[in-house]
Amino acid sequence: MPQEMTFGEALLAAIDEVAEQDKRIVLFNPSFAGEAGHEKLAAFRKKYAARIKFPPIAEIGFCGIATGAAMAGLRPVVDISTATFSYEAIPQIVNEAAIAYSNSGGQTNVPVVFYLKFGIRGGGGVQHSGSPQSWYWNTPGLQIVMPSTPADAKGLMRGVLLRSEDPTIFFGHDRLLDDRGNVPDGAYEIPLGKADVKREGKDLTIIATSIQVPRALAAAEMLSKDRISAEVIDPRTLQPLDKPALLASVKKTGRVLITDESHDNCGVAAGLAAIIADEGFTSLRAPIKRVSIPPVPVPYAVPLEDYVTPMADRIVEVARTLVK
Amino acid sequence: MLPEIPRDRQVGILRKMLMIRRAEEHCIRFHEEHSGLIRGHFHVYIGQEATGVSVCDWLNTDDYVFTTHRNHGHVIAKGGDPKKVLAEIIGRATGYCQGRAGTFHVAAPEVGIVHTSAIVGGCLALAGGTAYAAQMNGSKAITVVFFGDGAMEEGVFYEALNIAKLWQLPMIFWMENNYRRTGRGAGHAATELTNVPKALNVETTVIDGIDVGTVHKTAAQIVKRVRAGEGPLFVEARTHLWPGNAFNMPKLVGGITDIAWAWNPSAAPEKVRDWHKDHDPILNYCRELESAGVSRGEIEKLDAQVSSEIDAAARFALESPLPDAKAALNYAFAGKGN
Repeated sequence: MPQEMTFGEALLAAIDEVAEQDKRIVLFNPSFAGEAGHEKLAAFRKKYAARIKFPPIAEIGFCGIATGAAMAGLRPVVDISTATFSYEAIPQIVNEAAIAYSNSGGQTNVPVVFYLKFGIRGGGGVQHSGSPQSWYWNTPGLQIVMPSTPADAKGLMRGVLLRSEDPTIFFGHDRLLDDRGNVPDGAYEIPLGKADVKREGKDLTIIATSIQVPRALAAAEMLSKDRISAEVIDPRTLQPLDKPALLASVKKTGRVLITDESHDNCGVAAGLAAIIADEGFTSLRAPIKRVSIPPVPVPYAVPLEDYVTPMADRIVEVARTLVK
Repeated sequence: MLPEIPRDRQVGILRKMLMIRRAEEHCIRFHEEHSGLIRGHFHVYIGQEATGVSVCDWLNTDDYVFTTHRNHGHVIAKGGDPKKVLAEIIGRATGYCQGRAGTFHVAAPEVGIVHTSAIVGGCLALAGGTAYAAQMNGSKAITVVFFGDGAMEEGVFYEALNIAKLWQLPMIFWMENNYRRTGRGAGHAATELTNVPKALNVETTVIDGIDVGTVHKTAAQIVKRVRAGEGPLFVEARTHLWPGNAFNMPKLVGGITDIAWAWNPSAAPEKVRDWHKDHDPILNYCRELESAGVSRGEIEKLDAQVSSEIDAAARFALESPLPDAKAALNYAFAGKGN
């Protein structure tokens, strides 16, 4: 029987199930559960107290320590909390964790997970609304995981904890944390690099990541009223990337809109657009379109913040220009 | 002074120090004698051999060591193979990292050096991580992180030290002060660099880093205490910048070190004479060994053996193949499907 739970509870359940079996898993600052999972988090923290550290406010220090611990055989899961805090630890994540396996000629594995709560959360202001997924995707050596549903969150977290030998940046959008959804029972996992078609369609492909998936599904629903059939495909992980699935969808519809909640310039949508231009050009019947954050630091006041947030209505508006 | 250990172990320390000196002289010769062989810049450990060798003399293979851009000496001191070090320095397929790392990032996991950062202070927190892993696993392994005075200017030093103290991590912060930073103008506001760890309640020891006996004795006590759970501890070992290190690229300003200068310092070229006479840990140790009964002839014979071994290692490196170009794309990820 599938169980209904929130995105945050799903993450916690995944870690709990795997950590119970694998004593190498240690946790720094575990706070995954969101508001709804508060009590479950308290129980989790009690259960794993011997394997949990709450480090000082010292991101470069504790991210480096987690990286070193992974080099020595532990499997640390670091909840960095707000994604922008990871900027304080870039030297350790990008310049040490990501390079060690390659630099050592395949001798040193770094199976560390950095969990980042990212995105425009509503009133976060410029420094608590960050979306660094494209920075990290631009760093060879890091796996990039961006689930959009509780079921995917659990399956992907299980997949990473059970199988990964590489450093992973696991993105959970702040506004998804308390979303509820059905999660399959028991031991299931989702391998990295496997996209998922969230809605089938024939006129247009919408490639959407994380929070943009529910927004794209809402947009597809609105478009259906105009008799536009949109397919919504979720890559679920950017590294590794399921290129064949994305290209197959584009081939089927001939039109593609890519939406991700990071900035336009060299953003995730730009990176995916480049791949489709390179490898799927002959499938295209219209220009590739992007719906992401315009190039401005995210402002605070409601109308300003709403204006830059890539909501469903913007996806609809741009989709209509593709299918005339 | 001489370390209070059996004679063969005393001589073993000289052997290790000579291995490092001779290997790094080859490293500089690679640059000076072969155009294009070392294309980037590089740094050497010459003049600091007493600290790395004496500390590592107390470590086991499964103890972790982290090093810096001056890593060649530490890798050899920890038991690394000079052939693989020299081959890595010139990017050969036979090097420790198959030519992917080069001089700056020689990693030798087989002897406990899992990763090497050339970023100043880059390994301080990572070292906390291997120490934390040992603590979690209930292992007796300890971690030693070697770094220079410059690393104490980095913010990560403070964070790593603070967490290490809070969590009582089994690690040694071993600072090798070569005064390279001081020589370029003050880089730190502290009157004494040890004031910084002291403020975090980390016990500190300051020693003469060119005297093998002092370093060896201090290392024995510090390693024992950290293994017993008294970590972290901090040591400042003071050395003297080798004149050949005063440039962007190291230079053999006085040619290769002649062991005979230990007893005849005036024979050394003027540019390096005072340094070899007063501050060279190897020549200093040779004189001490001789006064304790190891004959000059024995020492010279040992040096000849080591030199010939390291000459062969350098030839091995030079004759080794470069990696296949397509290997550039290997090892981006460990996992399948990436």
